[in-house]
Amino acid sequence: MFDLFARVFGREDASKDVAKERLRLVLVHDRASLSPQVLDDLKTDLLKVISKYLDIDQEGFQVEFSRHDESMALVANIPIKRRRV
Amino acid sequence: MGEAIVITSGKGGVGKTTTTANIGAGLAQAGSKVALIDADIGLRNLDVVMGLENRIVYDLVDVVEGFAKLRHALIKDKRFDNLQLLPAAQTRDKTAVSPEQMKDLVETMKEEFDYVLIDSPAGIEQGFKNAIAGADKALVVATPEVSSVRDADRIIGLLEANDKRKPYLIINRIRPAMVKRGDMMDIDDMIEILAVELIGVVPEDEAIVVSTNRGEPAVMNQNSRAGEAYRQITRRLRGEEVAFPKLEEESSLFGRIRRMMGLKG
Ligand SMILES: Nc1ncnc2c1ncn2[C@@H]1O[C@H](COP(=O)(O)OP(=O)(O)OP(=O)(O)O)[C@@H](O)[C@H]1O
Ligand SMILES: [Mg+2]
Repeated sequence: MFDLFARVFGREDASKDVAKERLRLVLVHDRASLSPQVLDDLKTDLLKVISKYLDIDQEGFQVEFSRHDESMALVANIPIKRRRV
Repeated sequence: MGEAIVITSGKGGVGKTTTTANIGAGLAQAGSKVALIDADIGLRNLDVVMGLENRIVYDLVDVVEGFAKLRHALIKDKRFDNLQLLPAAQTRDKTAVSPEQMKDLVETMKEEFDYVLIDSPAGIEQGFKNAIAGADKALVVATPEVSSVRDADRIIGLLEANDKRKPYLIINRIRPAMVKRGDMMDIDDMIEILAVELIGVVPEDEAIVVSTNRGEPAVMNQNSRAGEAYRQITRRLRGEEVAFPKLEEESSLFGRIRRMMGLKG
């Protein structure tokens, strides 16, 4: 009964809601992340495809995961020297 | 041809071995021919949970290496003739067998048994890969805690990546009183997050500790709530449709009055 009153009169969030929210956010990242090796493979493949169309400055080529609270993004920085086609 | 079921979790200590022992005994009690494989090489435990630790002569690695015949390594259960255990090696490590070898072994055992239950070690490394190699079905055990659910999610992803069928979830050590006051994730929370089908909910129960002390699976104890949960899982595995009872053990006068008043719980 005490719990019921406590809830009604605005006790802090039930801890299970905190747990759920934290899990939701951590899983967004867990589910999207790649291992460093696989990320390297992805970069290599990406470079191959883009190089068919553009001459790229390989030194400055960067692909990284970017964490946001609600989502995860793959952010690429691809400096272009000139087009190929 | 039998069915091979792996019991796994990612996180350690959430109840894989307890679950394997109880479901194994439950299936045997129901009349199926059952073999248990302890795939936790180097940290063998299923033998003591089953109370069979004094009968071990050969182990899984001996069989895989051709040093012992399968039928010589299998240990008969004390209570059920139709229940046998293939113990893990204690003095070797996970690399002593390969996924291919495990697959062949499980395949052979499926010819003789209705169910082959595989107790997976914690982790996502070779021991896990060995444990899932020959499995047709996976049961993922998770407790209602952030770290356990997170690891279960990872395991579910890995099972998928290994072309396994969608696993089933067993929620272990749930405490109804804590769920009720909002201090523990409930069944729906966990199913929603993990997006898998539920096959059992096992409450936190002292009878598990007592039965593990004695080496007698709680599934045989008619007075244990965890035992009842394992009996239900057993029936579901055998294809029966068993409703999930409400997570309420409260039968106090106070509880009944509350329900009569229409208050939640
Ligand atoms: N429902 C339960 N109620 C009470 N105690 C439990 C319950 N389930 C498991 N336990 C206890 O939790 C402990 C860990 O269980 P168990 O050994 O089955 O976990 P595990 O996942 O196999 O661990 P490991 O990852 O080390 O192999 C044991 O002491 C066991 O008795
Ligand atoms: Mg174990």
